[in-house]
Amino acid sequence: MILRFLQWERFLVIAMRFSRRDLLAGTALALLGGLPGRAAVIRDHLPWEPNAGNPPVPAKPGPWLFFTGPEGRAVEAMADRIIPPDPDTPGGKDSGCAVYIDRQMAGPYGRKEGLYNSPPFLMGTKQQGSQSEAGPAQKYREGLAALDRYCRSNYAGKAFAELSDSDKDGVLSGLENDSVKLEGADGKTFFEQTIKDVKEGFFADPIYGGNRDMVAWRMIGYPGARYNYLDWVNRHNERFPLPPVSIAGRVDWTPKSR
Amino acid sequence: MARKLPKKDVVIIGLGWTGSIIANELTDEGLDVIAIERGPWRDAPTEYPPNYVQDELRYRIRHELFLRPEQTTFTFRNKMDQTALPIRSWGAFMPPNGVGGGGVHWNAETWRFLPSDFVVKTHLTQRYGAAFLPEGMTIQDWGVTYDELEPHYDAFEYLCGTSGTAGNLRGQIQEGGNPFEGPRSRPYPNPAQAQPFSYTLFAQAARELGYKPFPQPSGNMSKAYTNPLGIRLGPCTYCGFCEWFGCGNYSKASPQTTILPVLIRKSNFAVRDNSEVTRINTDRSGKRATGVTFVDTSGEEWEQPADLVILSAFTVFNVQLLLLSKIGQPYDPVANSGVIGRNFTHQTISDALGFFDNKKFNFNPFIASGSIGMCIDEFNGDNFDHGPHGFVGGGYMGQVQTNGRPIQTTPVPPGTPKWGAAWKTAVRDNYLSTVKPGTGVHGSFYSYRDIYLDLDPTYRDRFGRPLMRMTVDFHDNEIKQNAFLTDRFAEIIKAMGAREVSKEYRKAPYDITDYQTTHVCGGAIMGADPTTSAINRYLQSWDVPNLFVMGASAFPQNPGYNPTGTVCALAYWSAAAIRNQYLKNPGPLVDA
Repeated sequence: MILRFLQWERFLVIAMRFSRRDLLAGTALALLGGLPGRAAVIRDHLPWEPNAGNPPVPAKPGPWLFFTGPEGRAVEAMADRIIPPDPDTPGGKDSGCAVYIDRQMAGPYGRKEGLYNSPPFLMGTKQQGSQSEAGPAQKYREGLAALDRYCRSNYAGKAFAELSDSDKDGVLSGLENDSVKLEGADGKTFFEQTIKDVKEGFFADPIYGGNRDMVAWRMIGYPGARYNYLDWVNRHNERFPLPPVSIAGRVDWTPKSR
Repeated sequence: MARKLPKKDVVIIGLGWTGSIIANELTDEGLDVIAIERGPWRDAPTEYPPNYVQDELRYRIRHELFLRPEQTTFTFRNKMDQTALPIRSWGAFMPPNGVGGGGVHWNAETWRFLPSDFVVKTHLTQRYGAAFLPEGMTIQDWGVTYDELEPHYDAFEYLCGTSGTAGNLRGQIQEGGNPFEGPRSRPYPNPAQAQPFSYTLFAQAARELGYKPFPQPSGNMSKAYTNPLGIRLGPCTYCGFCEWFGCGNYSKASPQTTILPVLIRKSNFAVRDNSEVTRINTDRSGKRATGVTFVDTSGEEWEQPADLVILSAFTVFNVQLLLLSKIGQPYDPVANSGVIGRNFTHQTISDALGFFDNKKFNFNPFIASGSIGMCIDEFNGDNFDHGPHGFVGGGYMGQVQTNGRPIQTTPVPPGTPKWGAAWKTAVRDNYLSTVKPGTGVHGSFYSYRDIYLDLDPTYRDRFGRPLMRMTVDFHDNEIKQNAFLTDRFAEIIKAMGAREVSKEYRKAPYDITDYQTTHVCGGAIMGADPTTSAINRYLQSWDVPNLFVMGASAFPQNPGYNPTGTVCALAYWSAAAIRNQYLKNPGPLVDA
């Protein structure tokens, strides 16, 4: 496990280098999603410049950007019950799912950027979709505070992360089947959102902070961000032999001594 | 006050597939053409290059290449007595934005509709009697026939380099193709794509059950192709990042890979990007368009005068611009009068997942393309006797799985917990050995009096204009159709050797949060009668003859196929009418 983490840190350094280089070279910042570019008249030629591009921004290692320490511990503990560790594959915590959620909540997704946010905010039917004024970040803050209150008052002052695994599962099952009611948050919806986000972090490209060392992709046999399977289209019922690769490459692509 | 620009021969609203086609045709005619596009210029090197486009989170989950709802969205309700609420985050369909339109992110399934689809009202009434159609169903004939469109289907397929196996060559049924398709004048320009394991297994099972499977017609190149404009596309590499993504490999037909490199170099063409048309202007009579008004990114308002206006935005925005510009009579479902907003439709899709023994089956689901697959057409249109079933319509079905991207495609057998060790184990054990076709059943959505578009009374866009209001629900006819088709589909998946099959029927009420293809259609429909259609058989506005309206908004109802082949065939058909008839004598091409 220790080795895995060292590899992970090296991987992130590679990822950051990759991004920084490309961002410095890039001139197409105006094309970044959410930021409207300038209106222009295009004629005579394709408006293309060398090295223009909009590469992804990797999550950086380091302290929580959105969660407080106790919030982060609670999300890690939830992630590790949603995806428990086993002898072959780390769980939600060690695979970085909480880091993934933290970086997402600190970014445009957490702030609901780009979505339609005009009032009135009316209650509708399930088929009409979420009409909440609060974005995901605010919902995590409220949900985690409500979960903390619930655990402390029902489990002798303990926080969620301090509960036994079976008590943790009991609380989460209760949220899932609506038998555990939180004060100040919709516990069922909060847990559903957490499950969705934990899985997203587990399976997304590792540049976003989860799926460390591509553990989730190794677990299922997904080869990752590859771009050419021409040699394999007609090889039926054979296991694809190559290991996964991230958008930022793979640790063993970089020589160990530099 | 809008600043006025020099007059052009033609102004095009929206530079997607149809805008690009019509621009290329009309610039060939020597006309001076400007396209005005709401979104940015998009191309592979800048927005979806092959070194980072394989990013499921960014493109699929966070909707990188689509319109942002904050820019504009729609309101939605199931029934007329409900209050419509805004779609705050996309779900049921994905409005595109930017140069290339939906042609950037589409799968590239390139189907033709059945000859009977174009005359469906007449055909069904003759075969089953008028009383067989459910009350409130408002299907109608298109005013154009398959035979009239055939040369234009052909033009689009050769533009795209469509990969497929012909099923009907000039009336001769061909082995290995779709025997139900209308006659085609020549084979597809490219052979069908290669098919990985699960797709060939589906075809084998379908054949054993007595069906005639064929490869899905695909705009992903089976080999390198040079199109009639001299633009070259490369062979598809089956990367599994096609639909929702742009192709970084120049292997998927799109305006970028088939038209724009030639179009943009013409001296009589230009495009303004990041500029949103807010109104089609008409003269005092209301019978003649004088051009458009648009707003650029600095909020500046401009007027672009033109002799001919082509409206080629996304379906719903076509309808919205007509209503906001007060062109045509708005549809009123209560009085059953008016045309703009009438006959809005979507698609009726469902799926059946097959879970196989992982010791015997390995499907490598990540090896795929956007329009790969093997299909059958026995249950589409009126290819089967509907008499005993009590519904009309149908769809194709097939193993058409486009990817194994793991955030969305890690299926687990029914009954598996949603989290915990049991879920984790099930994901691990099933990923490589499960068939998840996606839109495995691709059914029609016929039109009804109470499914329509109008302007919302409450919610507004950033310019203060009313949002479009969608009133949509499934009627019993579509639910019955889907149950029948899904059961037939599941039988084939079972016959492939699946240990367990999970049927995911389409159910009412229609859910705006559940992705169901981006094939929203209708609202400004074509037809032979101006009291029940917004545009004539040449896509020309009945009310404003120097306005032509492209796109799936013209569909009077939506058959059981993907729409783009027909959308683009109609664009070529309309362009030919403009070139050969309208320009010689500008005015109505059909007497009202």
